[in-house]
Amino acid sequence: MQLESLVKKFKTKDVKAFEKLYDLYSESVQGIVFNIVREQSIAEEVTQDVFIKAWNNAESYSEKKGRFFTWIINIARNAAIDKVRSKNFKNNTKNLDAEFFVDILENHDSLDSKTDAIGVKNFVSKLKETCIKVIELLYFKGFTQKEVSESLDIPLGTVKTRNRNCINELRIMLK
Amino acid sequence: MEADKHIESGILELYIAGALSDKENEQVYSLMMEHPEILEEVKEIEKSISILTSHVAPKDAKNSFKDVLIKMLQEKEDSAKTIPLRTSKNNWVTYTGWAAALVVGSTLILSLNKSANLQGQIDTINEAKEQYEIQLDKTNTDLAENKKLLAVIRSKDIVTVPLQGQKVYPEAYAKVYWNKNSKNIYLDVQGLPDPPKGKVYQVWSLKLDPLSPTSLGTIDNFTASDNKIFTINNPNDSQAFGITLEPAGGSETPTLEQLYTLGAV
Repeated sequence: MQLESLVKKFKTKDVKAFEKLYDLYSESVQGIVFNIVREQSIAEEVTQDVFIKAWNNAESYSEKKGRFFTWIINIARNAAIDKVRSKNFKNNTKNLDAEFFVDILENHDSLDSKTDAIGVKNFVSKLKETCIKVIELLYFKGFTQKEVSESLDIPLGTVKTRNRNCINELRIMLK
Repeated sequence: MEADKHIESGILELYIAGALSDKENEQVYSLMMEHPEILEEVKEIEKSISILTSHVAPKDAKNSFKDVLIKMLQEKEDSAKTIPLRTSKNNWVTYTGWAAALVVGSTLILSLNKSANLQGQIDTINEAKEQYEIQLDKTNTDLAENKKLLAVIRSKDIVTVPLQGQKVYPEAYAKVYWNKNSKNIYLDVQGLPDPPKGKVYQVWSLKLDPLSPTSLGTIDNFTASDNKIFTINNPNDSQAFGITLEPAGGSETPTLEQLYTLGAV
């Protein structure tokens, strides 16, 4: 089924469409969440909450405002950040701000059940440091262009072009 | 070409990140509708980010749609339990929305054959809930009834008359709580055995000198009653009360060989 019609059906609370979207995006959601909360059981729990939230707010999604993928990873980032800020979140000794998504990939066991994970790990480690930071902030943390510009101290326009180049590199590696 | 210009600008990558303003998002949407190559490019960018993010998920993470459904239904249960009795419109709308969503959701879940196991769990939860509700309702009714009875028994206008077991069934006992003002007796017959089929207990008001019985009626629903306390109208100036076992429908005069209990005021 085409993504467009899946999303349409999902908006009318079609459980089968919901399940297909879950299959398509639950791992991405979990990746985003895990990168923020850094604890597997909490990431699993928050991932479920993200999809329940999506289901409850299905009508509010509009394709004119953005891609479904963009919408759901945005819910994921917010839910994960809320979790980290919540009172009962056990703050482990790790300094969350200092770690990037690539650290997780590098720490993944090399005996990986996902066939292409080793490949992903290898090429991601080849990404330039600047790319890693831009990708981390834009996609994993949900920063706006302006916030990235301020955070990395680079001009606003540069954020756009640098990110474009980084994603191009990523796409070449993934092929 | 115009499309290439947009593709090269890097705006589509920011679009997938969700880093654009609402206005810019709408612009990109129109561009995608206008230029198929832009839509294609957006999909490619999305795919690469989707692959990247999914690989950051823990490898052995639990990832089951069924768990999401179960949690959704549990939350529904919880919210049903904790909804306060406020009638704020907002709350009501949210709750109705929830309920409607879940009615639709649950119906559709039913249509998914493979979640038979899940359905079983839902049924069990719902059945248990129903049982609790029935139980709670019954307990509340019982409590109200008992409070009423207690109030009656404690009332200062009440005369208590214990009825002793007689020859035919010496273990039998009963009690009459008589309110002379309201001309009612509350008859407690917990100490009587269930009457045999075709027989009923009949209650008598007695004058002792000379002995003249007046029927106060039969206890037709003895077996069905839980607390075995019956309210009976008694306009008589009774000197004693007796209970006999009679054929269904009752008798004109008491069958004294079947006198179960007797007590004088």
